[in-house]
Amino acid sequence: MMPVAIFDAVLGAALLWLAWHALASPDLFKAIVLFVSFGLLMALAWVRLDAPDIALAEAAIGAGLTGAILLATLAKLQTMTGKNTFVLSAQPAFKSLFLRGLLIVLLSGSAAGIGYAVWVLPSNSNGLRLDVAANLDASGVSNPVTAVLLNFRGYDTMLEMTVLLMALLGIWSLGGLPPRPRRPAAAVLDIFSRFLAPVFILVAAYLLWVGADAPGGAFQAGSVLGAAGVLMLLSGWRPHDRFTLRYLRFALTAGASAFIILGLLTMLHQGQLLAYPPAQAGTLILLLESLATVSIAATLAALFLAEAPDHTENQ
Amino acid sequence: MTATDYIAACLLVLGGIFFFAGTAGLLRLPDVYTRLHALTKADNVGLGLIVSGLILQAESWLVACKLLLIWLLVLFAGASVSHLIARRARHKGIRVWRP
Repeated sequence: MMPVAIFDAVLGAALLWLAWHALASPDLFKAIVLFVSFGLLMALAWVRLDAPDIALAEAAIGAGLTGAILLATLAKLQTMTGKNTFVLSAQPAFKSLFLRGLLIVLLSGSAAGIGYAVWVLPSNSNGLRLDVAANLDASGVSNPVTAVLLNFRGYDTMLEMTVLLMALLGIWSLGGLPPRPRRPAAAVLDIFSRFLAPVFILVAAYLLWVGADAPGGAFQAGSVLGAAGVLMLLSGWRPHDRFTLRYLRFALTAGASAFIILGLLTMLHQGQLLAYPPAQAGTLILLLESLATVSIAATLAALFLAEAPDHTENQ
Repeated sequence: MTATDYIAACLLVLGGIFFFAGTAGLLRLPDVYTRLHALTKADNVGLGLIVSGLILQAESWLVACKLLLIWLLVLFAGASVSHLIARRARHKGIRVWRP
């Protein structure tokens, strides 16, 4: 037991250290690298907490895709300003003493609130675990995490899909990025991405399918597929005009629309939002998850590209 | 412990030594090219030894194949990414370190 406790203590301390330095580092490149390392160790911490579903999502989205998006943003800043390194000034962001005092009070207040909420949690409560286990048979899947995300609390996932779409619309509406010089990719990068793209698709399909009874599911599969898109974009590939106008938009909205249409249908048929008939629940969940995977992947890759695709084609 | 366990333990320890050397090289070597050189040792040989150690103790052929696949994918990614980093460094005009 002892070595495991030491490992956990070192992991916790390393997480705090990385989080502090990622925030405090004035060099933006260094801050991004620290943030990615933080995400990877955080995934390890989720594994230690017996939450492999969250660990997968954290490693793929938190460390991988967010890191790639941050690095791409930094590269864009560099080409736009012609500067090679970005170092924030040592000046504090808030000069007024009153504002700083207010910030300290607000932040320590919310930290104390969260700490208190964790402190008063009953140490050996089952939470909603027993309720989930009792109703698992009616959910259509045997992985409790998928049952909660897609059936018992399908409403939350529906809102998450909408949030992703909103984020992309926000970025697209900013517009006006200078067109990136499109260089042919180096031979090694080209071969690398061509070889790996089918592997990514296979892994995504596996994660999507296995989500019904083991860790995996739409978000994990979508982020792996999105990573394939990012890799292809990095090696110079761009979707053809023919696809960006209609099919891309369909892919982006498929997940959210499927949730909304199914929500309306279940309200008409069962009288409640996203209350699936138990006999068809498994099929409906697989359908929702497949469409959500496509949408998540397309949205994440589009977030990485950051400009509306048809916008760049015209320039 | 059987003979297989001893061999597996030796392979794992040897792999650990390669990872330790790779990390020490990453921290101590003078420029990006030599650091890449140190890292590939940990990725390729270190992980190869650890994967072979784990394959010896794997419960089924399926697990053994998955472990082997992980090693092959890391080999492929490691070699490609090292090449890309070194290429970018050369394009940026970073000189090779000379004692």
